[in-house]
Amino acid sequence: MSATPSTPKFEDKPRLDDWGMAMRAAREIKEGMVANLGFGIPMLISSFVDPEAEVLLHSENGVIGFGPVIEDPARADRYCINGGGQPVERMPGMSFMSHEESFTLIRGGWVDVTFLGALQVSAAGDLANWRVPGKISGALGGGQDLAFCAKSVVCITTHQTKDGSPKIVNRLSLDITAPACVKKIVSDIAVIDVRPDGLFLREVLPGWTPDEVQQVTEPELEVSADLADLVL
Amino acid sequence: MAIDKVFATFDEAVADVEDGSLVHIGGFGGPAEYPSYLIAALARKDVKGLTITGNHSGFSEGQLSMMKQRMSGMMAYPDDYFSPGILVERGQVAKGILAFPVLPGAALKVPFEELLEKGEVELELIGQGSLAERIRAARAGVAAFYTPVGPGTVTQRDKEVRWFDGRPHLLERALKGDYSIIRAHKADRWGNLVYRGTARTFNATMAGGSRVTIAEVDELVELGDLDPECIVTPAPYVQRVVVRPKEPVSDWRTPC
Repeated sequence: MSATPSTPKFEDKPRLDDWGMAMRAAREIKEGMVANLGFGIPMLISSFVDPEAEVLLHSENGVIGFGPVIEDPARADRYCINGGGQPVERMPGMSFMSHEESFTLIRGGWVDVTFLGALQVSAAGDLANWRVPGKISGALGGGQDLAFCAKSVVCITTHQTKDGSPKIVNRLSLDITAPACVKKIVSDIAVIDVRPDGLFLREVLPGWTPDEVQQVTEPELEVSADLADLVL
Repeated sequence: MAIDKVFATFDEAVADVEDGSLVHIGGFGGPAEYPSYLIAALARKDVKGLTITGNHSGFSEGQLSMMKQRMSGMMAYPDDYFSPGILVERGQVAKGILAFPVLPGAALKVPFEELLEKGEVELELIGQGSLAERIRAARAGVAAFYTPVGPGTVTQRDKEVRWFDGRPHLLERALKGDYSIIRAHKADRWGNLVYRGTARTFNATMAGGSRVTIAEVDELVELGDLDPECIVTPAPYVQRVVVRPKEPVSDWRTPC
């Protein structure tokens, strides 16, 4: 398989950092939803969920209904952590469960949306996120169950790899986690809907044009009629 | 005769574990969930050729000390936090059935990754949900089940694929262990268990998933003190109970 051609790096252009992407992604969580926050950047989302909104945040290690990450080590409770090992606030209504119950919840279709990191996403919404190139194996974690079974998958990812290759590609070159699962991509420069009829560019970070976003995206993007600025 | 599953020491509780055993190791990866003292006892026993299952393959002794330092800004790590990586590092593990055999990033190489690269350990990669359900199935006497997770990916291997409700499913077999080593919060002498917070995780899943389940617990209470409405693991799933020391034992080599 030929290597994906490098795209322009646009090194002088603005980009959201991890916190910025998490902040934008948090807006996908609506009141009443059950939302799973995957390993990595998605774990930051719990700090940006509107504290007034009643949402059930789930983490695959077996906790649902928790609050923001606790920043003060003196208050941290190692018996109340998220899937990335960060201490999180205990909230009214939360519950703990065994691992098989946690994945009964996932596999059974009780999770409305999951946020996952990505190494590649294809035009069809195929996701690759478990095996970093060059590693002898990878970390499947709970991500595969989530990618296959959550009602909606939102990917949070930088738009390009560090060497400038696009991460949104026509076809995956990396090992697949789950086929046709991604519904939305929140990147450091854009928000894209993944639909059966194509990729729709919904939001673009100020400082970028839709054409420039296209230059760092391998599949063709349809510019949405209601294209908006990606603002936090 | 009265039922009493309590063992005095961790060494006695694992004394009959043989080379080549399949051991379900509870916990998830954090500092409060592993059956640390049972892992340490297996390391002292130096039993070999183990197949281990669990979420994470675990850190080496050196990496654990580093983690304790590095994570102290976020959360205090206890001195008696030992992970399955100690068994891997010591060459006691022949095979891992794991969701996190290697870490996602390039920064840190856990012992399992090093042995995998050298071809000295076998890996069966599996997602957490399918692993948990395979163990639950063993407890429940279900031989196998179809799951929608994994067709067309690394986890399919040679498993049967069958379509239900318009979706492909994989046939996953129950995974019964020889031993489950788990951590719980409170137990009575019958082996009823309750857990503490997110330390329930794979511990409650693995209880009863083996011929022998050994629970290491913070506290032993009188029979009748655990609220029957709140017991998570009922007594028949547990064969042995050992109480953790009040003061942490920070060196896994120390018999206890």
